[in-house]
Amino acid sequence: MKKRAFNLTPGSQVIGKWNGHKYMIIKELGFGACGTVFLCRTLQGDTYALKMGEDSSRMMLEVNMLKKFGKVQGVKLGPSFVDVDDWVDQKGGAHPFYVMEYIDGISLSSFIKGKTNEWIGICAIQLLTDLEKLHECGYVFGDLKTDNLLVSSSRIRWIDVGGVTASGRAIKEYTEFYDRGYWGMGMRRSEPTYDLFAVTMIMMEMAYPAKFEKGSSPLKTLESKLASSSQLKPYRQFIQSCWKGRYKSAQAMKAGLTDILLKRQEGSSRLQKRRDGRRGEEMELAALSIFAAAVFGSAVVSFWL
Amino acid sequence: MKPGRLKQILLLTDGCSNHGEDPIAVAALARNQGVTVNVIGVLDDRQNGRPQGLEEVESIAEAGGGVSQIVYQKSLSQTVQMVTRQAMNQTIQGFVNKELTEILGKDQTIEELPPEQRGEVVEVVEELGESCDLDVLVLVDTSASMHHKLPTVKEALFDLSLSLNARSGSNQFSVYAFPDPKKTIKKMVDWTPELGEIHGIFSKLNSGGYTPTGPALKEALYTFAGKPLFERLRDGEDPYEETGF
Repeated sequence: MKKRAFNLTPGSQVIGKWNGHKYMIIKELGFGACGTVFLCRTLQGDTYALKMGEDSSRMMLEVNMLKKFGKVQGVKLGPSFVDVDDWVDQKGGAHPFYVMEYIDGISLSSFIKGKTNEWIGICAIQLLTDLEKLHECGYVFGDLKTDNLLVSSSRIRWIDVGGVTASGRAIKEYTEFYDRGYWGMGMRRSEPTYDLFAVTMIMMEMAYPAKFEKGSSPLKTLESKLASSSQLKPYRQFIQSCWKGRYKSAQAMKAGLTDILLKRQEGSSRLQKRRDGRRGEEMELAALSIFAAAVFGSAVVSFWL
Repeated sequence: MKPGRLKQILLLTDGCSNHGEDPIAVAALARNQGVTVNVIGVLDDRQNGRPQGLEEVESIAEAGGGVSQIVYQKSLSQTVQMVTRQAMNQTIQGFVNKELTEILGKDQTIEELPPEQRGEVVEVVEELGESCDLDVLVLVDTSASMHHKLPTVKEALFDLSLSLNARSGSNQFSVYAFPDPKKTIKKMVDWTPELGEIHGIFSKLNSGGYTPTGPALKEALYTFAGKPLFERLRDGEDPYEETGF
């Protein structure tokens, strides 16, 4: 990892060279290959996420994507965009940064911990719902992975849209575990099905948080991992259908998954009904005894009279 | 703007050169001729810490106007495509910066533009990276210590063509190995758009105990032009087309 060229500590102030806006650094939220993200506060007291990096071109591409996908058809896809500028440090070095909505949430892995396997499907449906919107706009997420997601009030949000690529182009960045090219399952070209494969791998990751490597025969590895997970059992056929290329769009895949989840719910709602039935009997019994008591009471009262 | 053809040499090695001319000087020469030199130092998965001599990796790439990276075998695939793409973008940016300087005056680079305009320029750079044609000559060090890493190298090269062939621009790859007792470098794969069918390319190799990185790079540079440099010069034509757009 390259040493960071800037030194920002809690309390440091970042002033934009072009727009002149001031941000106070509160703390570091995380860092990656292309920059460091800080929590910051404006003079007005609003908190935002501020990303500072070295590669100004890359940062600008991310900003372009944020501007485009902060809000699509009224739905927030990525964090909303706030500001883009350069910060000049004491030594005169310029560092590009941008400011966006701060999404306060937890990682998908900690969210899923201890939850029933129904949630694997629910999370995937949420992902597919957002992907459907993105794909409709002619873009593909590209580097779809759990590191780029956060769960904020039970809803999955994208926090890094740096890999979003126009449909038909080459995928510009990917992470091997989620990349269908790595698994020998297709081209590294941005098309909706590229993201759909990544969704199945995110589901796999929920069952195997430590992930796994492809080994000498990638497809066999995938199949055996899928077969030996009890958590993924309800989704086994669904995931295989995706790998076989049966789902061409996020919409179709979502429909397939919804079927599974509804079927499961039907199963559990039957249980619910039975329980409801029993509760009804209890109620009848209680009503009956109250009635009996009342009759008995009135009988006693009339006896005294 | 019509995208042109980018030329790159990708050197995969695991040690320091110890024979013949200075590879850093050859890399600088290549850069002058419009050929970018990228270098990847391949470490053993079991290797601890940085082995000696790998500083050269960075120096060669720097002189060659390219990108360098030192990696463990298991991340080779991802690194090879990343380095190649980064170097492409770097070259295109260099070219765009030159144009900007011509239009807007001295020292006017992408980084110096106000954010709004910068946003537009990087889209153009992206677009060029997607659509330009690319020639990559892969030069593989096959000295004894590299032998057991060659299957990984082969896999990484296949992966590279998988990544690049998803672009709309066309690609040409060729693979050379060194050292070769007769011609310094040995052609393993002639120019081809696909690196899928390269099974067994590294099966018949003889390697001595020396690593002539400099001479190998120079030979690779000659090959790039299609025929040796001196012949071309004798013909009185420019040995290398401008890598311009």
